[in-house]
Amino acid sequence: MSENYYHSVTLDEALCKGCTVCIKGCPTEAIRVQKGRARITADRCIDCGECIRTCPSGAKKAVSDPLALLENFDYTVAIPAPTLYGQFSSDISCNRILTALKGIGFDDVFEVALSAEILSRETRNYLKERKGNAPLISSSCPVIVRLVETRFPSLIDQLVPMISPMELSARIVREKLKDSRGRVGVFFISPCAAKVTDIRTPRGIETSSVDGVIGIKDIYRELSQAIGRVETEEPLSRAHAMGISWARTDGEGSAVFSENHISVDGIEHVIDVLESLENGHIENVDFVEMMSCPGGCVGGPLTVENPYIARNIITCRERRHLPDEPVSLPEEALLDSGVLSIRWTESVESRTTHLLDPDYRKAMQMMEDMEAIRQGLPGLDCGSCGAPSCRALAEDIVRGRTTETDCVFMLRERIRELTREMIDLESRMPPGLDR
Amino acid sequence: MNFEYQVSGEDYSLAGRASSDIKKKLKQLGIPSPVIKKTAISMYEAEINMVIHADGGVIEVCLDPDQIKIVLKDTGPGIPDLEQAMQEGFSTANEAARELGFGAGMGLMNIQRNSDSLHIDSIVGEGTTVTILLKVNG
Ligand SMILES: Nc1ncnc2c1ncn2[C@@H]1O[C@H](COP(=O)(O)OP(=O)(O)OP(=O)(O)O)[C@@H](O)[C@H]1O
Ligand code: SF4
Ligand SMILES: [Mg+2]
Repeated sequence: MSENYYHSVTLDEALCKGCTVCIKGCPTEAIRVQKGRARITADRCIDCGECIRTCPSGAKKAVSDPLALLENFDYTVAIPAPTLYGQFSSDISCNRILTALKGIGFDDVFEVALSAEILSRETRNYLKERKGNAPLISSSCPVIVRLVETRFPSLIDQLVPMISPMELSARIVREKLKDSRGRVGVFFISPCAAKVTDIRTPRGIETSSVDGVIGIKDIYRELSQAIGRVETEEPLSRAHAMGISWARTDGEGSAVFSENHISVDGIEHVIDVLESLENGHIENVDFVEMMSCPGGCVGGPLTVENPYIARNIITCRERRHLPDEPVSLPEEALLDSGVLSIRWTESVESRTTHLLDPDYRKAMQMMEDMEAIRQGLPGLDCGSCGAPSCRALAEDIVRGRTTETDCVFMLRERIRELTREMIDLESRMPPGLDR
Repeated sequence: MNFEYQVSGEDYSLAGRASSDIKKKLKQLGIPSPVIKKTAISMYEAEINMVIHADGGVIEVCLDPDQIKIVLKDTGPGIPDLEQAMQEGFSTANEAARELGFGAGMGLMNIQRNSDSLHIDSIVGEGTTVTILLKVNG
């Protein structure tokens, strides 16, 4: 498969029963059921993982990189998402979890929460210096960036034009190890399927500095065992409450220190708010945090712990990691001195995956045909045809992907017509036999 | 190509549906995104006005190769003083509408600012017809 169309979210054909449950929940209408199997349209999929949550047969999966990838490198560094801390009971210290990461094969660790703290500061500054008063939209969740570029391109300019905490962590690690010999491998320990896709086809930057994304659920068992084996906890954890809070809804939002911010989680709510932003109906708000997963990254498809419990563990840890005085991290110097930069260097382009045809007149004609077809369909949005709605089926038909008889009601109509015709024919006996 | 929407005045939570649907269609047609944004803002404001000030009505959207025409017809109370209604900050919105964040008296101004032409016909006691035009290449 071409890298351009790489997706972490995939279908296990053997498990799919063709039940059509997934098609309606997909926010980009990327799934169709055909020949008894769900199919994901690659250019529409934004890796949100909604279908993984809704599939009753467990046929939707998020594929991440295997731990075996570490063998390709001489020195490996794990960069765990703050969400990892929500996966283990709060009596297990962050130091213990990080020590255990080294126990399962990494040479060193660097907390993504630290980069989140740095990015919080940068976002605050950006908010101050920025012109215009359209609300800024966070870009740390890769699903949001992809949703905006496909469904809300008029809001692209409102995205925070900065790399994610994952990306900043990888850059910091590489910078610190730039004089070391041998191949350095940086691995994100991830709650997130979209990040797996994001390092292969990043937005806003040319190439990612991350070598692999390893799903939390894939190493959970091994890591739990390693946690049990830790004898001396190394003092590896430096993160503070603010960075850790990015794991949950309103962590990033609160960290901009603005009274007028809102934080939205869950893809359906995100879409509602993006609609309102596009309608210009959200005013007096300067920052909008958006997280595709319910509860934020603690609800990510590669996590193990129940998101509500994970959220509670995260807030417990936040209380314990509250700094006594304002913090300044030594890594900030890398930014202030210009060694590292965090701004996007590539523009995010609108990707109109729902465009009917690049030729406006042709698109108009197709839309007219689509309307005519839709009016002939029963309007039940039952999903039996494998499309999420009658309108979507009409669209598939004008795109030449299928025919009207996919609709069970249209098919019945056609059969009725044919039957009438047959009865009619049957009554017309050949003249020689007709007595 | 014409599209018609019946807008109910009963349920505030449904207000904006017609604008969302048109927005989706404009995206399928490949209309430039700044034009989509201007259309979305204009139509949304007018649709909301029709719900909160006039108990709903009918919207007709006419998509031509070079322009988008939106006609919103209601049989509500009408607007006694158009000039006053157009002024920033003027609003007769009731408490319920204000609680939902409407009633800043910005809607008509926003339409004026975002569209290429705005025309309002209103007769007190009979109703209001709002006509909005947007150029597709503008
Ligand atoms: N369709 C309509 N029928 C009757 N009156 C209307 C209609 N549309 C607007 N008006 C009148 O014009 C006034 C100004 O409208 P405008 O949209 O500018 O502000 P608003 O709706 O009161 O507040 P906002 O749009 O900021 O939420 C309204 O308060 C109302 O009195
Ligand atoms: S909310 Fe977090 S885990 Fe979910 S898609 Fe976004 S970044 Fe990934
Ligand atoms: Mg208004």
